[in-house]
Amino acid sequence: MRCGDFKTSYSADMTIFESNSARVMMGLFLCLLFSLPLYTPGYLLDIVNRIGIAIIGAIGLNILTGFTGQISLGNAAFMAIGAFSSGYFGTKFGLPFYFCIPLAGLMTAFFGMFVGIPSLRIKGLYLAMATLAAHFIVEFLIVKWESVTGGVAGLSIPAPKLGSFTLNSDARLFFLIFIIVIMAVLFAKNLFRTKVGKAFVAIRDQAISAEVMGVNILKYKLLSFGISSFYVGVAGALVSYQAKIISPETFPVTVAIDYLGMIIIGGLGSILGSIYGAVFITLLPELLRLSTSALAGSFPLLVAKLAATKELVFGLFIVIFILFEPSGLAARWHSIKNYWKLYPFSH
Amino acid sequence: MDITFLLQLIINGLVVGSIYALVATGFVIIYKASSALNLAQGEFLMVGAYICLNLLSKYHLPFWQAILITFVFSAILGMLIERLILRPLIGSHLISVIMVTLGLSSILKALIQLVYGTDTIPFPEVFPSAPVQIGPIPVSQGYLYAIGCVTILVTVLTMFFKYSKTGVAMRATASSQQVALTMGISVKKMFAISWAISAMVSAVGGILLGTIRGGIDMSLSFMGLKVLPVVILGGLDSILGAIVGGVIIGVLENLSGGYVDPLVGGGAKEVAPYIALILILMFKPYGLFGKKKIERV
Repeated sequence: MRCGDFKTSYSADMTIFESNSARVMMGLFLCLLFSLPLYTPGYLLDIVNRIGIAIIGAIGLNILTGFTGQISLGNAAFMAIGAFSSGYFGTKFGLPFYFCIPLAGLMTAFFGMFVGIPSLRIKGLYLAMATLAAHFIVEFLIVKWESVTGGVAGLSIPAPKLGSFTLNSDARLFFLIFIIVIMAVLFAKNLFRTKVGKAFVAIRDQAISAEVMGVNILKYKLLSFGISSFYVGVAGALVSYQAKIISPETFPVTVAIDYLGMIIIGGLGSILGSIYGAVFITLLPELLRLSTSALAGSFPLLVAKLAATKELVFGLFIVIFILFEPSGLAARWHSIKNYWKLYPFSH
Repeated sequence: MDITFLLQLIINGLVVGSIYALVATGFVIIYKASSALNLAQGEFLMVGAYICLNLLSKYHLPFWQAILITFVFSAILGMLIERLILRPLIGSHLISVIMVTLGLSSILKALIQLVYGTDTIPFPEVFPSAPVQIGPIPVSQGYLYAIGCVTILVTVLTMFFKYSKTGVAMRATASSQQVALTMGISVKKMFAISWAISAMVSAVGGILLGTIRGGIDMSLSFMGLKVLPVVILGGLDSILGAIVGGVIIGVLENLSGGYVDPLVGGGAKEVAPYIALILILMFKPYGLFGKKKIERV
């Protein structure tokens, strides 16, 4: 019986999967995941797709906020940039989606690095405010730059095409989204096994010490902004394909707060946590909708107040998690797993 | 250039700016005492305005009674939030504090929405609204009363911090918690008082906004975000900065609303304070009156 977490080599410490059974389980999980479109109705698949997009965005934000310690309230704006640049390249130049999505990521990465430049001088809450200000400025520019963004009316995005094959249903989009999700998760997991990822964590833990140890702060902070914004931009591009019509109102500041909520509830500085958080926050309103429509007979008022109820529950969850589970769902899952591993002799 | 138009804009800016100054003061009081960034400041303002409205139009209390009860309510709300939510987070990471106040703002906003709905509710007329002539321009009396209220409140607060025992203790806490503790000051109590004062001050801001606009709705909570450029301009830990910054941002907002909006077709008024915020952060990150921080390992 394993009674502890003993590692005898560096590579064992760095490995993603702790055992072969974990690999098998992951394989089974992926099989199950990719068979979802076979038996899942459209509405549920739509939610699953939104979860996938949220996972990409949440990992992106977690790279910046959870791993590098740079608080960003500008996530919604970054997403909007990804969505609108993908939409612009797609509609104006007729580029296929497999160019549009990386291009959207790159555009957002450039913008993210631009926003990140002041991060060398300002940090913590000043950076949070600067990114929030960036959000409002981007929102303003998107409304005003009508020739590119369509202004208030927004852009209508044609369904992505692969040759003559159109990804026009939730099931087809599902494969696009989840292939990208898997790439995103793998890249992020591996990122933190490399020098770059370690530098990010060093900056988060103690920026000045990191600098003394030879980490080039500006370079790595900008890199973190770039990688994070690339993720968020890709998520934004996927949102545009999924929503089909995007306008400045698609990306309000509450989206940024939702994403921060995801990584807080899931776990800061944890890839797995980003996934849990994305699932949790995306499902929350859906579960509320289900439960309120079930109770609609006895409490008709509840349905009318759904938006407020959703906000209330969201806020409560944020506060409760920060107060009682500050390391998030990922840590809780870990401790539950450890408890059962040693059951009944855990201490 | 039409000089009356300019003056009108500046006066509007001064009025809105004085309310910004008030809310920013509340923000700074909390930041100074406990280094917590309260992003729920706008919701404090909103809650205060709704409570006062309820007392005025439902229970038909005279204004001074309504405002007293609102004060008591806001103080209790502020203290409760500090005790239940912020105090357990002392010493925890900055993002937790930011996020918890964001969560709090969601909760308060949702509660108000559940109780009062999202429609604009007319605010009873507290001050006479007939305009008075100042030089060439007519100014609503409500504006003058608002500026008067803010001036009185800020003076009272300044006196409080300067002369009262509690005020001095709060300043001591702000300058060094450890030294304050050794001098027998209860730092916890000072935190609680600072939240209470902040909530009360914001409530006044909400009530004044309600009377000026003639009605209140959920958009009042945006004041909490509007106040960020103000505190950045003034310096996060300076009350004087909050006041000066509030007035500057208020005037700037109205000027860009008057002169830039027609050029770009609207929206400049809303975005101008944030552009100012970015510029200030680039060139003077600690604001006009803020204390420069030296970071050590």
